Amino acid sequence: MFNYRFQWNQAWKRLPEMLDGAVVTMQVAVLSMVIGILLAILLTLFRRSGSRILSGIATTWVEIARNTPALFQIYMAHFGLAGLGLHLSPYQSLLLGITFNNAGYLAENFRGALKAIPDTQPRAGRSLGMSDLQAFRYIILPQMIRISFPTITNQMVWAVLMTSLGVTVGMNMDLYGVTQDLNALTFRTFELFAMAAVIFYVIVKIIQAGAWLISRRLFRY
Amino acid sequence: MFDTALTANDFLFLAKGAGMTIFVTVIAVFFGTVLGIIFGVIRYQIGPVWAAPITFVLDIFRSIPLLIQLVLAYAFLGTVLRLGLSGLTVACIVLTLYTSAYCAEIVRGGIEAVPLTLRRASRSLGMTWGQDMRNIVMPLATRVALPSWIGLALGVMKDSALVYVVQVTELLKSTQILITRLQEPLLLLMICGAFYFLISFPVARFGGYLEKRWSND
Amino acid sequence: MIEIENVRKSFGALEVLKGIDLTVSKGEVLTVIGGSGSGKSTLLTCINGLEPIQAGKITVDGIEVHAKSTDLNKLRQKIGIVFQQWNAFPHLTVKENVMLAPRKVLKQSKAEAEAMAVKQLTHVGLGDKVDVYPGRLSGGQQQRMAIARALAMSPDYMLFDEVTSALDPQLVGEVLDTLRLLASEGMTMICVTHEMKFAREVSDRVAFFHQGVMAEIAPPAELFGDPKDPNLQQFLAATH
Repeated sequence: MFNYRFQWNQAWKRLPEMLDGAVVTMQVAVLSMVIGILLAILLTLFRRSGSRILSGIATTWVEIARNTPALFQIYMAHFGLAGLGLHLSPYQSLLLGITFNNAGYLAENFRGALKAIPDTQPRAGRSLGMSDLQAFRYIILPQMIRISFPTITNQMVWAVLMTSLGVTVGMNMDLYGVTQDLNALTFRTFELFAMAAVIFYVIVKIIQAGAWLISRRLFRY
Repeated sequence: MFDTALTANDFLFLAKGAGMTIFVTVIAVFFGTVLGIIFGVIRYQIGPVWAAPITFVLDIFRSIPLLIQLVLAYAFLGTVLRLGLSGLTVACIVLTLYTSAYCAEIVRGGIEAVPLTLRRASRSLGMTWGQDMRNIVMPLATRVALPSWIGLALGVMKDSALVYVVQVTELLKSTQILITRLQEPLLLLMICGAFYFLISFPVARFGGYLEKRWSND
Repeated sequence: MIEIENVRKSFGALEVLKGIDLTVSKGEVLTVIGGSGSGKSTLLTCINGLEPIQAGKITVDGIEVHAKSTDLNKLRQKIGIVFQQWNAFPHLTVKENVMLAPRKVLKQSKAEAEAMAVKQLTHVGLGDKVDVYPGRLSGGQQQRMAIARALAMSPDYMLFDEVTSALDPQLVGEVLDTLRLLASEGMTMICVTHEMKFAREVSDRVAFFHQGVMAEIAPPAELFGDPKDPNLQQFLAATH
């Protein structure tokens, strides 16, 4: 049918290097999620603060993150900030771009989740002598995280997939970057990227299975 | 501040990129939606067990980076099958399938949101499967699915920025080319970002409005 | 001692408390009755500072509730409040619900808070439910948990805001029994309630609120036996 000869050996030999790349990919994804969740909580507090300036900052952030391409956000972190004299490494640019995106999407979801928690909940906490912040931390936040858990899982998957965009700002340590460099050496494009695809797929499935296990342990109520 | 080397020709170049972004998006969203509805209805109709192969394949599109999907398709269709397709064709094919994978999920969710009792009622009135689908299921499922679908269409527009990898010069790639030439990254990126934002923001707001209005009754 | 002097409270243009004067001394059980919209529930939320007031003064043990300098979080530790809706924290077990405020607000150790929680839960008859999530309790049980949660802060005063109104009729009794128990132990309590029989039995004094005014206040025998205010007479006739 076709005379292309697959050379899977070529790709198979490169598996260790690609797995090293996968570790970097996971590292960026996890870091961007941890920081992204914390920032999203902060943005959520900003939007609840009643301060015009703070909620303005939060809303601008959320809308830019949701209404422009992730790749644009990474370009902004790399080329845009460079235009302002702040030169970030490819790794930093990628991390910053994905984190910005994560925080925006999660903050919007958190806002929806908060609507599902009645005002009487923090009020009950305050009537027990808790401060506003304590009521948020111990009563609202855990319930919010539960409601948002599926979205957090999805965003984690997105974060992994978004790491592939780092190559556009010169990142070459992550799974996609490593694959790209190997491709330049061997020209076995299909085999190499097919293998990268399989690795990405496995990572995503592990994340989804892990999230399922965590939700079963954590949310028994 | 607006002391810039940007010329009218450069703007034309950006506009052409923007046109390409819109073209690819429209093609992918249109055909992707048609395919997505077909996949979604089939999946719902034959049940989760028989639909497992479709579910599995569609899930792959949502589990590996779009960039890799594009590279793989380009390599497979070009180097392996030697079909001699243009990058633009490959981009449209991949984005269409990518869109259909997400759309099938939305369609299934929409159909599942229609209460079974309602469908039984319509069938008991003597409606055929097709009549039931057209007159009962579709209008109700659309209400549930439309806000998500709007989100998907906007998502595809943003994700279409990745087709640069198969040599299609869309808006973001045009911007990058100009950045390299003119060395004015901030201004150019702001123009590019504003374009996406000005399309996405109002449409997303409209989707949110629909969702709110329809979930209230 | 809770002293309420000429308190006025409005929600926008609507004045719900039109100058209330009332003193509740230590160990007293005061019940407040009246129709809906009489302002009786609002008074409770004003006493522990959940709602601001427009005029007048409320002092609890000499501390002015609505003074700027007052640390409300600290004051609220003295004043427990239980609402019509019990507001169980769904993500915490019954025991954790009760332990949360003592641990985070009073900075008690885990062991200390746990001992207190088990003690209070046993007290309200939930000793066998400590490790259950509130979602699996009946409304009456959740309301008793809410009472134990307030008691765990060792408050000097307890405010009860129609705590049986949202309950199925067959669950009202168990919650009222818990309130009776507290009253018999000498807890200072203000109970807003629709349960006339309960008001008659446990109160030292009963206050009748009508359209934002305290129309009558007297010991239960007098208030129920010989009501003087015409609105009260009408109200009592309607509830019988």
